[in-house]
Amino acid sequence: MKLTLKIWRQKSLKEKGRFETYKVEANPHMSFLEMLDVLNEELIAKKEEPVVFEHDCREGICGTCSMVINGEPHGPMGGTTACQLHMRHFKDGETIVIEPFRASAFPVMKDLAVDRSALDRIIQAGGYISVSTGAAQDANAVPIDKDTAGHSFDAAACIGCGACVAACPNASAMLFVSAKVSHLALLPQGKVEAKRRAQAMVKQMDLEGFGMCSNITACEAECPKGISVENIARLNREYLSSALGSETVA
Amino acid sequence: MSLDSKTPPGPLAEKWTRYRGTMNLVAPNNKRRIDIIVVGTGLAGASAAATLGELGYNVKCFTFHDSPRRAHSIAAQGGINAAKNYANDGDSVYRLFYDTIKGGDYRSRESNVYRLAEVSRNIIDQAVAQGVPFARDYGGLLDNRSFGGVQVSRTFYARGQTGQQLLLGAYQALSRQIALGTVEMYNRHEMLDLVLVDGKARGIIARNLVTGKLERFAAHCVVLGTGGYSNVFYLSTNAMMCNVTAAWRAVRRGAYMANPCFTQIHPTCIPQSGDYQSKLTLMSESLRNDGRVWVPKKKEDAKAIREGQKTGRDIAEEDRDYFLERRYPAFGNLVPRDVASRASKTACDEGLGVAPTGLAVFLDFTAAIERYGKSKAHSMGMHDPSPEKIRELGEAVISEKYGNLFEMYEKITGENPYKMPMKIYPAVHYTMGGLWVDYNLETNIPGLFATGECNFSDHGANRLGASALMQGLADGYFVLPYTIGQFLSNEIRTPKFSPDAKEFVEAENQTRERLEGMINIKGSQSVESFHRRLGKIMWEYCGMARNADGLQKARKMIRELREEFYKDVFIPGSTEEYNPELEKAQRVADFLEMGELMVLDALNRNESCGGHFREEYQSEEGEAQRNDADYAFVSAWEYKGWEAEPVLHKEELVFENIELKTRSYK
Ligand SMILES: Cc1cc2nc3c(=O)[nH]c(=O)nc-3n(C[C@H](O)[C@H](O)[C@H](O)COP(=O)(O)OP(=O)(O)OC[C@H]3O[C@@H](n4cnc5c(N)ncnc54)[C@H](O)[C@@H]3O)c2cc1C
Ligand code: SF4
Ligand code: FES
Repeated sequence: MKLTLKIWRQKSLKEKGRFETYKVEANPHMSFLEMLDVLNEELIAKKEEPVVFEHDCREGICGTCSMVINGEPHGPMGGTTACQLHMRHFKDGETIVIEPFRASAFPVMKDLAVDRSALDRIIQAGGYISVSTGAAQDANAVPIDKDTAGHSFDAAACIGCGACVAACPNASAMLFVSAKVSHLALLPQGKVEAKRRAQAMVKQMDLEGFGMCSNITACEAECPKGISVENIARLNREYLSSALGSETVA
Repeated sequence: MSLDSKTPPGPLAEKWTRYRGTMNLVAPNNKRRIDIIVVGTGLAGASAAATLGELGYNVKCFTFHDSPRRAHSIAAQGGINAAKNYANDGDSVYRLFYDTIKGGDYRSRESNVYRLAEVSRNIIDQAVAQGVPFARDYGGLLDNRSFGGVQVSRTFYARGQTGQQLLLGAYQALSRQIALGTVEMYNRHEMLDLVLVDGKARGIIARNLVTGKLERFAAHCVVLGTGGYSNVFYLSTNAMMCNVTAAWRAVRRGAYMANPCFTQIHPTCIPQSGDYQSKLTLMSESLRNDGRVWVPKKKEDAKAIREGQKTGRDIAEEDRDYFLERRYPAFGNLVPRDVASRASKTACDEGLGVAPTGLAVFLDFTAAIERYGKSKAHSMGMHDPSPEKIRELGEAVISEKYGNLFEMYEKITGENPYKMPMKIYPAVHYTMGGLWVDYNLETNIPGLFATGECNFSDHGANRLGASALMQGLADGYFVLPYTIGQFLSNEIRTPKFSPDAKEFVEAENQTRERLEGMINIKGSQSVESFHRRLGKIMWEYCGMARNADGLQKARKMIRELREEFYKDVFIPGSTEEYNPELEKAQRVADFLEMGELMVLDALNRNESCGGHFREEYQSEEGEAQRNDADYAFVSAWEYKGWEAEPVLHKEELVFENIELKTRSYK
């Protein structure tokens, strides 16, 4: 299949970017990133600079790949990361527009690669259970209801890709934050610190320059792991409503 | 130099407890004065960095990823072993120890493996306390499943994302230490050299991947948790960035590389579909709990399937060969990986392969769907359910167990595995070989430690499923944080090292020269093209089956390819910028050296054991023939320079508790 690609090229953080047009010939069985590999090999053969895009596992689990394809983070297929998207979902002759995740908290470093370290700092603010190595009791000491464990898992499945931020008109990271808060708060081990955790993480999110959540739910629609906006509701209802209470972190 | 494993004295079951009780300790006030560099944030690195931070050391932690959470460990699917015996099926520390030694085909060190089995239990406790959402049963207790090579259920899992959940646990523990200031995190920094001062490991040279600048870091000791080298084969199930550079740079500074030829080929991966392919995708071994592996009995049927005139469904039951069940009745579809992989290869070599390339066998869930469907119908009180109802119920059970894997299969192949048997083929997956370490996980370079897949320590010639996650976390949470004290207790008076010392400046200059030398070649072939060619050589001659002629040929080909690389590689851009092609070039250059060492090691080992199958050494039925009289040793190779022959050192393996036997799964 013959394709036209319009790709965002930007040399570095400081320089301005622009779209460049390329032609490439792909095979429907290729993955989207393999199609970009083909383009890059051709650019290198012409001694031009290949398009920088981030990727690693190519199995939809590491959360590294990050690009907006035809206006949608990770492309048109629901529940699919860019690396798992296959060319059989595109048409011969199609023009595909590829650009980086856009959010002021995710500065573009080069071409399609952005800096998402703000998400790490949100986790550092409190996205953990405060237990040191060796301090644990027997794993079966506290039974956890199968459904509860399942809901916790559903939230824990977040891969930290940031597509929710890129999808949100406010560039809010609420889906990401609420997924971690829910994952831990649903488990008895994580309940103890739940309020404090939620408040600290939301505070850090604000500091990083992510926007407010105004319930648009574009995040859920674009999330490759099906993280539900119910997590945001839980976060608001259970942990932030009392933000003025005594447990508020300074 | 003799290789001293430093195994402590005493009966096997008491070694670790006694040793731990008598080890040198570093007092809390001294810990604060000691700096430790940890390279890697996978299970092995993140758990070590977090625990060392908790203990009070100053830790600097490095990853080339943009976040510690993206390490390749994130991709592990199936599960993690632990001798908890929650299933009450006769499991014990001894049995896990025994299974691991046997599974590794008697090429691992008894003392290390026993310790691993012992601490396995603590890992599960720790992970649950961190909030890892393992699978549970209706009583709320942890659920287990079986993996290959064992007859008990000891594998803990979190759907098909066990590695992800365990890594997030370690990443969160690490994040907590970063927030507390005990760990300083350096993302997007790639270690390109190890710095020795007076023969001890005291620091690293790392390239800041965003600015391209080289930076020097000093510490009292260095820990490498930098993962495995499967990507020497180009196509593997590993993430694209996995590489051998950190370990290989240590080898070039004098660390020994142990058992490099011991690589694991995983039997159940999605077959390659074209030349453009960049990686292979694993279908977790847990699938072999319920999937049956087969090929058609008749070549005509296989041919018809390959040509698309028939599908697996059209082949009658009596015309199918469930070859694992036939050849290994005791373990059936759950034989260890090396055995299963070779059996699939044999079937395809005989012309029975079922993909257009001829390289695939079926993994079929029909029987399991029916069995589960019937049992579910029964438990719902249905007396005469229709076959359709049974299928529907059965598919729902399978989906709950393996849903994400089935989805992944369908995304990649476009085929629905609930309706059509999966097609699978072996692929390179894991490297048992790695840096040689003693009982303390210290390499032969004092002050240089290696953990996780980066070391060679516990899996012998073949790793059992769900044991890599166990080893990475055992090393990082429960072993290294203590054994490192043996070295550091002698360093409490050693003042901080300056990264401006001449050893550091020299190493930085050498690294810069190498980078600039490479980028200035300005040849005509891409880095990728060299990597692909190396991968083909490795797979063809040093893959599932090896022989002396092929290995000799491969060695020559690799040397020629390496020469060509240094004459004709083209790397765009400059060294002082964000330049992924330059990063890749460094890694491929090191693979081109490591690959040769793997071939040499395979050539040297005149026996078949575990993942290392030498065609010259097999029984009439095609089973591997080990040679304990001459090869019950760990080979540890010393690098001697660019063109010189590496020197082989041997650590003889002493088996005091287990009798060496021919491995049989029949
Ligand atoms: C698809 C797949 C599924 C698997 N499933 C299972 C399973 O179910 N059960 C099981 O037990 N095992 C499984 N394994 C094996 C297991 O995942 C790995 O062996 C294990 O996770 C390795 O962990 P590690 O910490 O040693 O290395 P990795 O997780 O590979 O981490 C390496 C780290 O080192 C860093 N690094 C490397 N080099 C450098 C450098 N030069 N400079 C800076 N940083 C560097 C990387 O950034 C990364 O952070 C699976 C493997 C694969 C490929
Ligand atoms: S919530 Fe979804 S979109 Fe957001 S980071 Fe997690 S996986 Fe990505
Ligand atoms: S590359 Fe890992 S999720 Fe896409």
